[in-house]
Amino acid sequence: MSEETPKPDATPEVKPAEAKPAAPPPPPPVTYPRSAGVTMAAAPKASLSRFLGDAFGLFKGMNVTMRYFRKPSRIVTREYPENRGTLKMSERFRGQVVMPHDEKNEHTCTACTLCEKACPNGSISILTTKNLASKRVLGAFVYRLSSCTLCNLCIEACPFDAIRMGHGFEMATFTRDPLDLILNKTEGR
Amino acid sequence: MEALKTSAPALPPGFSLRETRADGSQEYFLNMGPQHPSTHGVLKLVVRLDGETVVEVVPHLGFIHRAIEKMGENETFVQYIHLTDRMDYLSSHINNLGVCMAIEKAMGIGVPERGEYIRVLVSELQRIQSHLLWWGAFGMDLGAVSAFLYGFKEREKITQLFEELCGARLTMNFFRPGGSNADVPEGFIGKVKELLEEMKFSLDEFDTLISKNMIIRERCFGVGRLSRERAANYGCSGPVGRASGVDFDVRRDDPYSIYDRFKFEVPLGSNGDCLDRYLVRIAEMRQSVRILEQVVAAFPEGQYRSKEKASYKVPAGSYFSAVETARGMFGTYFVSDNSFKPYRVKSRSPNFSNLSALNEMAQGGKIADLVAILSTLDLIIPDIDR
Amino acid sequence: MTEIPANNPVGDFLRANLPAPWAAIGNGLIAVAALAGLVTVTAIFLIWLERKVCAHFQARLGPTRVGPFGLLQPIADAIKLLMKENVKPRGVDALAYFLAPLLPITGSFLVLAVIPFGPTLQVVDLQAGVVYVVAVSGLGILGILIGGWGSNNKYSLLGSMRSGAQLFSYELSMVLCMLLIVMGSGTASLREIVLSQQGPFWHWWIIKMPLAGVAAFVLFMVSSTAELNRGPLDLSEAESELTGGFHTEYTGISFSMFFLAEFVNMFASAGLGATLFLGGFLPVQLGYAPVDHALAMLPGVCWFFAKTYSLIFLYMWFRWTFPRLRIDHLLSLEWKFLLPASMANMLLGATLVAFRWIIP
Repeated sequence: MSEETPKPDATPEVKPAEAKPAAPPPPPPVTYPRSAGVTMAAAPKASLSRFLGDAFGLFKGMNVTMRYFRKPSRIVTREYPENRGTLKMSERFRGQVVMPHDEKNEHTCTACTLCEKACPNGSISILTTKNLASKRVLGAFVYRLSSCTLCNLCIEACPFDAIRMGHGFEMATFTRDPLDLILNKTEGR
Repeated sequence: MEALKTSAPALPPGFSLRETRADGSQEYFLNMGPQHPSTHGVLKLVVRLDGETVVEVVPHLGFIHRAIEKMGENETFVQYIHLTDRMDYLSSHINNLGVCMAIEKAMGIGVPERGEYIRVLVSELQRIQSHLLWWGAFGMDLGAVSAFLYGFKEREKITQLFEELCGARLTMNFFRPGGSNADVPEGFIGKVKELLEEMKFSLDEFDTLISKNMIIRERCFGVGRLSRERAANYGCSGPVGRASGVDFDVRRDDPYSIYDRFKFEVPLGSNGDCLDRYLVRIAEMRQSVRILEQVVAAFPEGQYRSKEKASYKVPAGSYFSAVETARGMFGTYFVSDNSFKPYRVKSRSPNFSNLSALNEMAQGGKIADLVAILSTLDLIIPDIDR
Repeated sequence: MTEIPANNPVGDFLRANLPAPWAAIGNGLIAVAALAGLVTVTAIFLIWLERKVCAHFQARLGPTRVGPFGLLQPIADAIKLLMKENVKPRGVDALAYFLAPLLPITGSFLVLAVIPFGPTLQVVDLQAGVVYVVAVSGLGILGILIGGWGSNNKYSLLGSMRSGAQLFSYELSMVLCMLLIVMGSGTASLREIVLSQQGPFWHWWIIKMPLAGVAAFVLFMVSSTAELNRGPLDLSEAESELTGGFHTEYTGISFSMFFLAEFVNMFASAGLGATLFLGGFLPVQLGYAPVDHALAMLPGVCWFFAKTYSLIFLYMWFRWTFPRLRIDHLLSLEWKFLLPASMANMLLGATLVAFRWIIP
């Protein structure tokens, strides 16, 4: 505080004026006069023609809503549970992470844990095991949907396209347990 | 029946009701929020009222504080991108872009031509989408409920485009250092062209329904005035600052990406009232349409991303980038200690500064004015608290 | 002017077969039961209609799930509301809090008693019908004021104080518009007013009194929108400002009473508008005999409902198009524009009546 005080004294040296033209700006007023600065410069003059124009504008607004009312083709509602059969998510839709398996029930995951490292919130845990040839293989791909933010980073990180974003979006469950998923169907391959 | 025991509650610091006046009347407090239809989220406003006239407004923050900046310190630079989706969720693409630009500055990564075009394309679509939602919410706050649905109906088209583009509708996580996560899907540009045509029609319709409506003009003109000086002092940016006459737009004054190649105007208001903030946003949508038309006309072929890399070891130093979101200047500040994770992250969010002007704007108005001001400030509460 | 008999067969039957006092009581009971039925059915239908109309104004479908076209949706809602606990928040004034929801519905019920639904369908034809309507419709305001005060909630209080100021002032211009018709027709009985509009449609008071009629109709529609607490003049509810206004604290059956009253009020008000300005239960006559005969085949009650529902549609159209006014704008609109305008209109009407410049 004491170091601050010389500063106002410094200004009069530069401007040896009489009163306080160079005084520090006053603190912001507590109550700002809301209408003090209103010049109404842009306010059109109150006139009968303006009033009539404005009133006519109201009817034009009513015409907009009436256009919607008259044209049921402009209705955008989609009735969700009924249209489930025809509902198409777009190609890149990011639902929960899935691990595609081929017809032999095999996946391409090599348990390299790149996805685990890429995940920002620890939703993925790769548990490894050893197969008969003593090779390190995927034991369980644990995926915690409850903490996943569907950010797509694990899919970008995967060099083998072993996981991808599914199109499922109905993820609500009554308990937390079903949200801990193991994505690989078979162990140790 | 038990009698209600009322004891004078301890007032929060800085608060005091004025003495009871000669006619026996007194000021009183009203808690608007955290559950209130027009605070758009978990913002709590403690309003000191004299009858229906607002004497003072004190915003209480922190209901949705998630420590995103602190979380950023524990995540790699690339992982941090997806957290910025959760700040200003209506400008998530633009927030992502800000983070990516800071990383690019640090690493000296260039972006290919097509990547830059995608960035501008997506940013401007995002701006329109955000303003459309604002337009609907503005209508609803002022009691025109149909406007809400019309705004959302138009916004849905853009959201659908985003879903095709990056698979998400709100939390995009699309941009990456050096470009974007993916190329635009096939036929995307054609769809954007169609959308722009529809957009022009809907903007005219919006004008007829709300902009030229006499009730709206009555309720907004001269309400919630913020002078140019005060707006600049508060750090208001974006449409709020520009409506008050603060002639600043990051896209024009500190051009990032390839904004310097496109012709567009920065709409400015003169009164700094609710009507100006409204009109500035509507004009901005038209300008965004104009930019988008130039983008789709010159959309080049080629690479969309320079070189993919899973994580970046950012050299020690501090890096800053600024982008213009739908609400103002969004700054990202990284301090790196030569590691994969930032040492410190700071976001400069436009909403926080814009909110700070609320008290000054609302004083002397009615409760209905306060609602109109809140609506034209276009606050996104998660961006205030982060 | 052709005389239309006012007796209906049910009343005549009772009068013929019962001693006089019992016939009067029986007729009264039947009338009250019919009116109660009408109130319930109308409210339920109007809730459905409002939702459907609002949805179509907003490019939506509206209720589709319960029953065909969602027709049973209001009934499902009613069941839900009735099953809810009737919460009494701490600190409320119990008498005021539970009395308030009953008053608006009572008021609108009483208004319906004098409205002629058809040539022979009217509970009672008061000589001072218009005055009576004005008197009893004030009950609704009382309910809102008491409810807002008794709720011990600042939002409720603000809402009810707003509505007090709003409804009392808009009552003035509404009464002046009604008085204009009383002046023109020379009677305050609603049935007589309807009968004074016989003939082709330019004999309705909206056209019959040149200019003044249309002006009075517009003023009536605006001020009755305010009276009904409907958007754009729903200041006392003001969902985005006061969360719920006077009914913020109400749940369950108490809330549903307010809700019901809002719709029955709208019906009563539109019915009044149809009666005063659009010829009430009289059929639309185009002045071309063959068509007129065909149109007159429809019973009066159908015409009444058709006219009433078109006015109701107008109310809905207003509500789902316009933004809400601010309280000071609302009051200055009334005191600085509507009231002077209706007074001037009254003067114009008086001149027209005095000089017989009325379409014969």
